[in-house]
Amino acid sequence: MRYLPLTDSDRAEMLETIGVDSIDALFADVPRGARLDGLIDLPGAMGEIEVERAISCMASRNIAAGSGPFFIGGGAYRHHIPAAVDHLIQRGEFLTSYTPYQPELAQGTLQYLFEFQTQVALLTGMKVANASLYDGATACAEAVMMANRLTRRRKAVLSGGLHPQYREVCETYARFVGFELGGPDPAPGDGEDLTGLVDGDTSCVVVQNPGFFGEIRDYSELARYCHGAGALLVIVITEILSLGAIVPPGEMGADIVAAEGQSLGNALNFGGPHLGLLASREKFVRQMPGRLAGQTVDADGRRGWVLTLSTREQHIRREKATSNICTNSGLCALAFTIHLALLGETGLARLARLNHAMAVALAARLERVPGVRLLNRAFFNEFAVRLPRPAAAVIDALAERGVLAGIPVSRCYPDRTELAEILLVAATEMVTTEDLDRFEQELNEALS
Amino acid sequence: MSIRTTEDPTTSVASTTGNRGLQIEEKLIFEQDSPGRCGVDLVDPPPFQARLGGLERQGVIGLPGLSEPQVVRHFTRLSQKNYAIDSGLYPLGSCTMKHNPRLNEKLARLPGFADIHPLQPPSTVPGALALIDTLAHWLKTLTGMPAVALSPGAGAHGELCGIMSIRAALEARGERRSRVLVPESAHGTNPATAAACGYTVDSVPGNQQGRVDVEALKDRLDTDVAALMLTNPNTCGLFENQILEIAAAVHQAGAFFYCDGANFNAIVGRVRPADLGIDCMHLNLHKTFSTPHGGGGPGSGPVALAANLAPYAPLPWLVHGPHGLELVEHKRGKAQQAIGRLKGFHGQMGMFVRALAYMMSHGADGLRQVAEDAVLNANYLRVRLEGDLSPAFAGPCMHEVLFDDDFLKDTGITTLDFAKALIDEGYHPMTIYFPLVVHGALLIEPTETEGKASLDQFAGALKALAAEACSGDAARFRTAPRWTPRRRLDETAAARKPVLRWDPERMNREADK
Amino acid sequence: MSTFRFTRDHEWVRLDGDLAIVGITDYAQSQLGDVVYVELPEIGRRVEKGKEAAVVESVKAASEVYAPVSGEVAEINETLTADPATVNADPMGEGWFLKLRPDDPKELDSLMDEEGYKRFIAEQP
Repeated sequence: MRYLPLTDSDRAEMLETIGVDSIDALFADVPRGARLDGLIDLPGAMGEIEVERAISCMASRNIAAGSGPFFIGGGAYRHHIPAAVDHLIQRGEFLTSYTPYQPELAQGTLQYLFEFQTQVALLTGMKVANASLYDGATACAEAVMMANRLTRRRKAVLSGGLHPQYREVCETYARFVGFELGGPDPAPGDGEDLTGLVDGDTSCVVVQNPGFFGEIRDYSELARYCHGAGALLVIVITEILSLGAIVPPGEMGADIVAAEGQSLGNALNFGGPHLGLLASREKFVRQMPGRLAGQTVDADGRRGWVLTLSTREQHIRREKATSNICTNSGLCALAFTIHLALLGETGLARLARLNHAMAVALAARLERVPGVRLLNRAFFNEFAVRLPRPAAAVIDALAERGVLAGIPVSRCYPDRTELAEILLVAATEMVTTEDLDRFEQELNEALS
Repeated sequence: MSIRTTEDPTTSVASTTGNRGLQIEEKLIFEQDSPGRCGVDLVDPPPFQARLGGLERQGVIGLPGLSEPQVVRHFTRLSQKNYAIDSGLYPLGSCTMKHNPRLNEKLARLPGFADIHPLQPPSTVPGALALIDTLAHWLKTLTGMPAVALSPGAGAHGELCGIMSIRAALEARGERRSRVLVPESAHGTNPATAAACGYTVDSVPGNQQGRVDVEALKDRLDTDVAALMLTNPNTCGLFENQILEIAAAVHQAGAFFYCDGANFNAIVGRVRPADLGIDCMHLNLHKTFSTPHGGGGPGSGPVALAANLAPYAPLPWLVHGPHGLELVEHKRGKAQQAIGRLKGFHGQMGMFVRALAYMMSHGADGLRQVAEDAVLNANYLRVRLEGDLSPAFAGPCMHEVLFDDDFLKDTGITTLDFAKALIDEGYHPMTIYFPLVVHGALLIEPTETEGKASLDQFAGALKALAAEACSGDAARFRTAPRWTPRRRLDETAAARKPVLRWDPERMNREADK
Repeated sequence: MSTFRFTRDHEWVRLDGDLAIVGITDYAQSQLGDVVYVELPEIGRRVEKGKEAAVVESVKAASEVYAPVSGEVAEINETLTADPATVNADPMGEGWFLKLRPDDPKELDSLMDEEGYKRFIAEQP
């Protein structure tokens, strides 16, 4: 067996050194009734050829994003990842290393985490960011819980424009951790006014920018209102690339930012692993969950990095931890850091501009299709259109014609019949003019 | 800049660059900015009318510009400062640092897995659903449990899933219990999870044999206890030999038996948790099932569930419907009582592919061999080292062996110093100061992917170090490590005045002070 | 100079006029290691005897500081925010955490005196 170095003669020798007759003697503590004498009912060992064949067969049954026109967003985006990224993250010293608890042996990891934290802070316009969380949805729930701790209040207001899955995760945490959620129903457009829902019991208001329906708004006024009531403003971002084009949350008065970083460096991966980002004002850092890399010096006075403020974390504070979180999303954070290092200031702006240009072009095409109405005043690379009939069936029809045309909102809100005709579409730098032609053509056919 | 390269200042040799052979000093990317430089070539769109609602970003973000060669060199140099499984034996107890097969990486990157969107029509991804279903089948068979929740993002997240499911089940029974029992030796995520779900944590002491004190456990069990969270094999590397009695007592009290499956590597293929009376157990795909640790993630923490907890599993569910596999994303039908969503989308698909490739590569026979070799390797080290280090508990261990710092008594050397000296010998230290129930703990888990020669070399290094420690040369230990890219780092300073990002403004202000 | 009293959780308290000054003992600071951060309560907050009044963090541990007597927080030691190392350097003096207006100054009498505390820590494992 190719991954097991011990030979039978090694095993015999070692058993003798240990002083037992057989390996079974070392499992003597297992209750008799629970011991499996034979093999579990699963297939036997397979060589690489067979494993590759079996698993590739499953992969080939899926229609991948590159196989045709692709316009799906909704919290996960198809972007180009420069070839260098994947090569670098597969270096064994990154791929197979552990959490940097022994910093002298992990300066590579700690330095890139420090760079990552800096990049996230710069992008979001906030003062401090952590070393990542599982994904945007859990980052959102953690942000609400952080706001609860900071304000010592237990009621959060969630915008109707918050990604429905992020809302669902918050609801699960609210039920079991013990806090309340409120907020208006989801709706496209920019008419939502949350100020009426903020009072002296509100810990935070959570908005998403661009919102789930793609709308972009200025939340500076809402920030001021929240602060006046002693509440915090949490801004959520599901398409991190948007920060290359639009005003960042830090400049709008956000107190905490929870985001999804998948768009930089990380493939769609059918939804995981992705990359949760969390950033906040400096004074809140001790209430921040997750790991933090901090700068210091070594015994020779040279600059280096360590995991710090660990006393917030579960392995020290146990019951009193800010969160139970242990693992972060290390390798995904590295991919993000490398991709953004390659892009730099000018590349990021250019890539964001390219995305917006494609979305603007797509919007113009779709607006030409009879019966289709654009619902956004503004958008980055994703927007909502209303079709003349339920969107789910249209999407299925287009999928059969080889076009992955977006997300019918009913997929996420099955009970909201008023949203059944709404379709979310995204366009990134990966979209071509031919793709736009096909989409327009197929949509016309499907609706006629 | 010149750096002393040896301990003795009178014989120091300076390096003009600060580099030491292959150990290259590497600045932050922010210190290597060439404004306007870019490592990605992108086309410019033709002129167009922006529709950003007047909210265009103004001003400079502050990201540095680098070319591709510079970026590749930067991260390559960083990688060379890391220890990894690929570099050498990584004896971290409780982490299962086994070899990460490269086939897993190849298969996870197939476009049919990497380039599919979680919200594309399920009819377009039957192979993805089949893979998830196959993985679920393997995990259910290995654990003997009828259901498995695949969405938790890592072990701690899995624990949260388990405790939430238990609370939901109790609430459905109309019961409100307020306590969770956790052994003193447990990993910190256990009490943190229980507290996060609103439970008071009741600590259960261990006995002289390193297992849970069953009488003390029974004393604490009553109808106010929602669950016992037990790790088995436990954090001392020992199998809880009274586990059936424990399970019976827990169930008698109407409580649930949660098992932290971090140490499943010791028993996979030889014992099914269901046969031990366990109701709920999280697995760490990044431990037992070889998905890479990646410097701190991503992980994956699926949770195997008994029939009485299955109805509460978090969304989404993958079920066998009349037309094949169906993705259930909302609380309807059989999923009415699901606790809801714990994470975006469907779970860590990239880790599912890797874990399944690993499982299929080993098969039932290979996985059983994994557990046996893991236990064999740990016991071999125990026996080779028990004369030089001080075992915390007498007798055989499972897949990891625990020592305390008794062997360092009166040397003036702490477990920490000993661990740092091990670094100079070319090894990542074992887990130290965990579990908390033993003084100055050293927890060693070699895993099954270490060969005998590797173990002998490691044992030899530890024996020699232990002898050095007892011979009186404490300075050598207290100043360790000396041969690493950085020597011992000042963690106190890092925590007192946290510097958590590159901040030229602040640096200028401090320079002016 | 008023006398120090001690708790089993290694806090000290002494009366200074009508206020009770609270800190942690030299034994406590040596167990904790380098103090990196101190979280102090707001002035005016009520604390109950035996309940958490403050938190002291070192690199490897975070510990609650319990109120030795019940009362209202009258003053807090702001210098600890800027220089937490003071707790290590002078735990019984400059490293004081807070001053309480005690509900009942006689509550101090039931605590250990200096001799009693010395015996207590000698018995620690």
